[in-house]
Amino acid sequence: MGPLAPLEIISGDWNLFLALIIGIAFGFVLEQAGFSSTRKLAGVFYGYDMVVLKVFFTAAVTGMLGLLYLSLFGWIDLNLTYVNPLYLGSTIAGGVIMGVGFIVGGFCPGTSVCAAAIGKIDAMVFVGGIFLGVFLFAELYPLIESFYMSGYLGSPKVFQSLGIRMGVFALLLTLVAVIMFIVAEKVEKFVNKGA
Amino acid sequence: MNPYIAGILLGLVLIASFFVSGRGLGASGAMKSSVVAVVNTVAPDYAAQDAFYSKYVQNGQKPLKAWLVFEVLGVLIGGFLSGAVSGRLKLGIEKGPRITDRRRLILALAGGLLFGFGSQLGRGCTSGSALTGMAILSSAGFLSMMAIFGTGFAVAYFFRKNWI
Repeated sequence: MGPLAPLEIISGDWNLFLALIIGIAFGFVLEQAGFSSTRKLAGVFYGYDMVVLKVFFTAAVTGMLGLLYLSLFGWIDLNLTYVNPLYLGSTIAGGVIMGVGFIVGGFCPGTSVCAAAIGKIDAMVFVGGIFLGVFLFAELYPLIESFYMSGYLGSPKVFQSLGIRMGVFALLLTLVAVIMFIVAEKVEKFVNKGA
Repeated sequence: MNPYIAGILLGLVLIASFFVSGRGLGASGAMKSSVVAVVNTVAPDYAAQDAFYSKYVQNGQKPLKAWLVFEVLGVLIGGFLSGAVSGRLKLGIEKGPRITDRRRLILALAGGLLFGFGSQLGRGCTSGSALTGMAILSSAGFLSMMAIFGTGFAVAYFFRKNWI
């Protein structure tokens, strides 16, 4: 039955229209979660507000379990869904640069759009910075290309990389997330008691 | 909103995205499309022969007619609607208690620049690579998540005066 667009159950134009609707829901939930606040976002790195960790991992686990069950019921064919390709060098280096960008700028791209939408000037400037960063990458691309394409390992799934079964990994990740939530609640209480 | 409820709702939006389009959520891809569109408008000959831009404009492709561009327009609308119903629409700068507005804006620009560059190198940002990648159980998604948040925690100490 799904995914609808790759199976051509819906047209390309419908897919773009639904992208807008999905985006509205995405932006609404991000803003309601408090992700339009740069100090809330930065809180995860200092322990005074762990909302990023709680929302992010709840969403990842919900998404993972939902997709697994939809696939088990035969409602979505996971062979037709996009799986991020793994290029060891650029995945790690890109992540490290983004990590520094997060702590320096206090947003990531999605949350900055959300915060800009409610009038945060710092978020608008952050979005401007993203455009500059993309432009810089594009202009330097000939120098970076060989590193960008290096360490290609296909599009492996994490349980294959670890050599365990999919269901076992899903259970382990869910348990790890629950333990992280318990620790996050304790860290928040501890840090804010001192303040 | 309770963060765990927000997380479940976000997970459901992510599942809907996969069910409809076969791909997850994203953000930085739309910024890339915008940059490509601007360069293609200002300097079409350059874009057509450049190693980076040509990938997105060959065969008459329209860079702005992309799934993520529509999705991010939605994020803008959805964020605005949420701010409106919760009374949070307000022009202003948010920052740590110990820094000036000027410093905050310079840091925001620098952070955005790093994120823009890093998201292209890493083939996606926190939404497109880390969150979406984890939900679909891609190894790249997990590695991306660990690199972003691991680095954030590793360098947080050196930037603490900007936040606390």
